[in-house]
Amino acid sequence: MLKMTSSFMALALGAGLFITSATMASARDRIRIVGSSTVFPFATTVAERFGKSTKFKTPIVESTGSGGGLKLFCAGSGDQHPDIANASRRIKQSEINRCAKNGITDTIEVKIGYDGIVLANSRRSKPLDLTLKDLFLALAKNVPDGKGKTKPNPYKSWRDVNPALPDIKIEIMGPPPTSGTRDAFVELAMEGGCEAFPWIKSMKKTDQKSHKALCHTIRSDGAFVEAGENDNLIVQKLQANPTAFGIFGFSYLDQNIDKIQGSTINNIEPGFENISDGSYPVSRSLYFYVKKSRIGKVPGVKEYMAAFTSDKAWGPEGYLSDKGLIPMSDTERKDWAAKVKNLEKLTM
Amino acid sequence: MTDHFTKMTPELKRRLRNEQWFQWMGRGAIFVAIAFLLVMVSTIASMGVGALRQTHIELSVFLDPQKLDATRLHDADYGRLIKKALRSRFANVTKRRDKRKLYNLVSSQAEYTLRDLVVRSPSLRGQTINIWFTASDDVDMLIKGNIASSTDETQRRIDHREASWINDLISKGQLESRFNSRFFWSGDSREPELAGILSAFVGSLFSLLVCFGLSFPLGIFAAIYLEEFAPKNRWSAFIEVNINNLAAVPSIVFGLLGLAVFLNAFGLPRSSPLVGGMVLALMTLPTIIIASRAALRAVPPSIREAALGIGASPIQTVFHHVAPLALPGMLTGAIVGMARALGETAPLLMIGMVAFVADVPNSIFEPATALPVQIFLWADSPERAFLEKTSAAIIVLLCFLIVMNLAAILLRRKFEQRY
Repeated sequence: MLKMTSSFMALALGAGLFITSATMASARDRIRIVGSSTVFPFATTVAERFGKSTKFKTPIVESTGSGGGLKLFCAGSGDQHPDIANASRRIKQSEINRCAKNGITDTIEVKIGYDGIVLANSRRSKPLDLTLKDLFLALAKNVPDGKGKTKPNPYKSWRDVNPALPDIKIEIMGPPPTSGTRDAFVELAMEGGCEAFPWIKSMKKTDQKSHKALCHTIRSDGAFVEAGENDNLIVQKLQANPTAFGIFGFSYLDQNIDKIQGSTINNIEPGFENISDGSYPVSRSLYFYVKKSRIGKVPGVKEYMAAFTSDKAWGPEGYLSDKGLIPMSDTERKDWAAKVKNLEKLTM
Repeated sequence: MTDHFTKMTPELKRRLRNEQWFQWMGRGAIFVAIAFLLVMVSTIASMGVGALRQTHIELSVFLDPQKLDATRLHDADYGRLIKKALRSRFANVTKRRDKRKLYNLVSSQAEYTLRDLVVRSPSLRGQTINIWFTASDDVDMLIKGNIASSTDETQRRIDHREASWINDLISKGQLESRFNSRFFWSGDSREPELAGILSAFVGSLFSLLVCFGLSFPLGIFAAIYLEEFAPKNRWSAFIEVNINNLAAVPSIVFGLLGLAVFLNAFGLPRSSPLVGGMVLALMTLPTIIIASRAALRAVPPSIREAALGIGASPIQTVFHHVAPLALPGMLTGAIVGMARALGETAPLLMIGMVAFVADVPNSIFEPATALPVQIFLWADSPERAFLEKTSAAIIVLLCFLIVMNLAAILLRRKFEQRY
């Protein structure tokens, strides 16, 4: 049985060896990207094509969420930190400060397009015709009581919210508070609906805190159901429950257009053109951020940026639009492409 | 007196009835469990089986020598040749919008397929060749009947026009459903028709090898020392309690530890199976120690006493007699721990293994992902064709688990010794 003892020893030694050799791993040979799960499908599509059509290796794209991604991005400028961060919102001043503290002052900002957030239901029932005000009244925890005060949301049916709407129970499935889609929905749709009440609008200047609490808090009495981060799951639940509505990104509506339909908001349909020209009110911009200092250190950073900002990718007929990215207008694309070409630094 | 043996007393009747009851409850429980398992497996299998087939389209492509510069074959615009082939196949398509739909019949991979073919055999230049290309995911979904044809055509991803092209291809024998070997031999892709499981499979395999290489020897030595040599005092009791607690710690905690220690302090490569395996090893270590100690405890004391009695030293006793007898139990414990490690995603999230990795890793230092992570990423993708890929990946994961458990049983059979 001595043989067994020695093989145990060999295993343990081998394990020790591997750790020491790993620390000697050399400089990175491919781009590392982190960030938003909304931008993830687009970044991976570009990365895959980039890897196939050039001599560079396929970049590694991690889905960490916008905030988590920018945190990793700003942690330092060495090989162990990512070169690019995707975000489904603009970088915040606090994040820029954090970057600067860690010696990253040369960030390049690239806007890539838009994403719409839709309220959709099954094709077996009728689509709704909503305003932002209706959305706010249907979803807020507290609503105005008509006397300049607020009351807990009493509305059970869409007809209670607006007499023009059908008498269907309010039942909406949406993402949890950790999701960027939820943040954007609350900021764009709920706050937009808030503005329909002049006294709440004026409160924004006088009492920002309670304005935010009123406009950004979603009801928790069962009419709104947090359905998890997986938008596919919401789509499946909508098919099973024709009276329910779901909140998710436009690409999921686009991919499942034979089974679900988007509600119009302020009479605007959630379609490609309407989101692109900004008339659909619930849409947000998508970005990625690059460390200029990594150009030349990691092979392919500049080429990746060029590939992403080519019309073949982000144009109206580009392959990203097939994946659900809503392109910017021609002039806006031209502006951003020029910025990328000159490696212009981020300015707030 | 004889009454007691021939007659059923009410007391005995009650006891027998109770036993009957208990047996029926047990059978019922097993039946319900099996029914759940069957429902789960059959749903996954029926959804995943579609991923084994992939639709292909045949096109005759003219390899125009004017468009293909013989010296720069790799960089030529093959997409254009394919578009031209599609246009000449369906000559009546003229509108821009329709053309775009037409180009979407074949996968974006087509131009690379053509490129590789031409680069491999440059003599094809100037010829017209018939090639089978992978069809796009929308075509594939239509062929598999996953697009509701009852809805209005404007509200479908495939409209009447596209459907008529597809029917035309079918009638000419230019559309075929074939075995999807790509699913097993390629890495991840954003295009469902191109996505494969290999990079995740290799990533899982590497991670588990590292995990086994670290946790098995460490766990066994720790168990042998604690069980056979360590003095039984307050310290060893303290350690024992802690090991038992560690076995119940949520796995995400080990991921955070890995991030702080392996990545930030040691500077090991992010997203590598090495770090993944190390984190999983931390997680499985307590399980292996506990199982190994139980296996050692189950070796009858007479073996130790006999060995010591004929003059073996304690270390000889343990390594020559006790450990070999306990080995099957230790291996079982290790494999059970590894099976749990195989299904983990939470600790891998922290160390960057929840990522899009298209290239198949060649070593434990290269970025990789793991099978459960791949399932998670596919389940979250909007394209409908990823639904069947998700189920197929689950089947692969289950097969991996079955193979591991089978290995555990075979190893136990091989090493089992009777005494």
